[in-house]
Amino acid sequence: MSILRKALTTAALASVLLAGAAQAETKRIALVVKALGIGFFEAAAKGAEEAAKELGDVEIIYTGPTDTTAEGQIEVINALIAQGVDAIAISANDPDAVAPALKKAMDRGITVISWDSGVAKDGRQMHLNPSSSPLIGNMIIKLAADNLPEGGEVAVLSATSTSTNQNTWIAEMNKVMGNYPGITVVGTVYGDDLADKSYREAQGLMQTYPNLKAIIAPTSVGIVAAAQAVTDAGKAGQINVTGLGLPSEMAGHVKSGASKSFAIWNPIDLGYAAATIAYNLSNGATAEAGGTIAMGRMGDVTLDDNLEGAMADPFVYDASNVDEFASIF
Amino acid sequence: MTRLFASREALLAGVIALLLVLIAFRFPGFVTPANLASVFNDTAPLIILALAQMIVILTRCIDLSVAANLALTGMVAAMLNGMGVPLALILCGVVMLGAAMGAVNGLLVWKLDIPPIVVTLGTMTIYRGIIFLISDGKWINAHQMSDGFKALPRIAFLGLPMMSWIAIAITLGFAVLVGRTALGRSFFAVGGNPHAAVYTGINVGRTQFAAFVIAGAMAGLTGYLWVARYAVAYVDIAGGFELDVVAACVIGGVSIAGGMGSVGGAVLGALFLGIMKNALPVVGISPFWQLAISGAAIIIAVAFNARQGRAPGRIILKEAA
Repeated sequence: MSILRKALTTAALASVLLAGAAQAETKRIALVVKALGIGFFEAAAKGAEEAAKELGDVEIIYTGPTDTTAEGQIEVINALIAQGVDAIAISANDPDAVAPALKKAMDRGITVISWDSGVAKDGRQMHLNPSSSPLIGNMIIKLAADNLPEGGEVAVLSATSTSTNQNTWIAEMNKVMGNYPGITVVGTVYGDDLADKSYREAQGLMQTYPNLKAIIAPTSVGIVAAAQAVTDAGKAGQINVTGLGLPSEMAGHVKSGASKSFAIWNPIDLGYAAATIAYNLSNGATAEAGGTIAMGRMGDVTLDDNLEGAMADPFVYDASNVDEFASIF
Repeated sequence: MTRLFASREALLAGVIALLLVLIAFRFPGFVTPANLASVFNDTAPLIILALAQMIVILTRCIDLSVAANLALTGMVAAMLNGMGVPLALILCGVVMLGAAMGAVNGLLVWKLDIPPIVVTLGTMTIYRGIIFLISDGKWINAHQMSDGFKALPRIAFLGLPMMSWIAIAITLGFAVLVGRTALGRSFFAVGGNPHAAVYTGINVGRTQFAAFVIAGAMAGLTGYLWVARYAVAYVDIAGGFELDVVAACVIGGVSIAGGMGSVGGAVLGALFLGIMKNALPVVGISPFWQLAISGAAIIIAVAFNARQGRAPGRIILKEAA
């Protein structure tokens, strides 16, 4: 077995050396996802292909395990090392378990970045977050404000009172409230990410604040329940339900008019940005704290001390594009 | 015995009236007839399941799988709707599927003599797991359901939505079942004194089995209502709802030790919880206090019931056994 492995490693090394000669022609970038067959990642692969077409000398290898396990990803990474790819961009199933295999890849000169779901700091050169808490906090209030030119009362329907993500986003939202004069947040209620409780809380908001103009729900369960409650109360069109949700879950509510627009990361942009960053790093760009890396049409990403960066504002979905994305995720 | 029940229900009704008065002080809009009707409609699933749970608890069992049963049948209903199955067939299907899942609980309790809390704790997890298997963890959303499927619980008839009428019909059905049929009386006999019940010719296991099947069928029906009303089906719908159902029974004076309870009590218990759930968001109490207040209300109600429950009749029966 060990002889076989050695032989394979030798063969792999040889192929790396051979590939080195051909390197100038095409960069081979592997997009490793949590599992194959997930709409979100298929869309990311589409974005990576778009980047490849734009860059010209890139071949995208879209791969991943068949189920969302770290072991499966480690096997995939080892196979990619053997194939001698130029770069690996991974959305990890476990931040620590895949780190040693990725370190091995970096030792062999392969560019390694993580995106979407990160890897421990020593297992990658940089991590690309789809967005950041300040960007999300700003986006959720902007979505409400954009449809309220004259201002008005809005309320927040969150998940549980202890959920870290939502609390951070709401805190960031409150920080930028000064930029949206005329908009007042009259209350924050908690639907505990249960459809029935969120529905009831949304009903309560409509009763308590008769002048309510918008409900902001930065949670995918809450936004759907609130949209249904608004529709059932016959207030679709009067009260705009917005926040963070998935296009497949929100398509019906956008059509009914209960939600004018909502946001979530765009997987196509994410795959595009990950592929471009991997390409640039592999072509000599460096990932260092405070530095920036170009992402093509997505602009530049700025890295923090943890070598993490945020891609962009969450992507806005409305009646014009929700159907197209509803089939993706 | 009946006088005790009547007074207990009167007491609970009084507490509910007092609760409504207190809420009206802080938020007068809550006690308008239209809003009370909507609160009743919102509580309809809890009423149906509290009645179902009541007959199970009467036989000294407990069914923790009702919410998981509801979620699974709801998912199946949504999937059948997606395949274009007519609504009438879906309704029959969910009731039968729910009954079948209740029968699994009942058979395990009856034939294998496993404690009901263990059986239903197990099937609760299994049913949730099956939802994941059949749905692949995906949601079924509003735009994937047909309009007719979503409309049935909302059709207004004499001012009330159909969901409320279904709850009223089922309440009447349970009143007849519990008060006027041999099976209904045997639920009390089995729970009150199983040994004596055997001597009167009642098959204890089969009675418990019947209670589980009826509870399952009700959970199945509620599964459709739930999914149609909230227009979404996924693995975790009605998570933790089984505890609300048990709480409604206990508040309604159904003895967790079996043999005592009434249809009116279970309905009032469910209404009490339903009013609390609907009122807390509008009376302007910090959400951080809401859970504590709900919990305190349950404990106070149960403590009251426990004191009232010390009826001399029960003690004599226990010694006779």
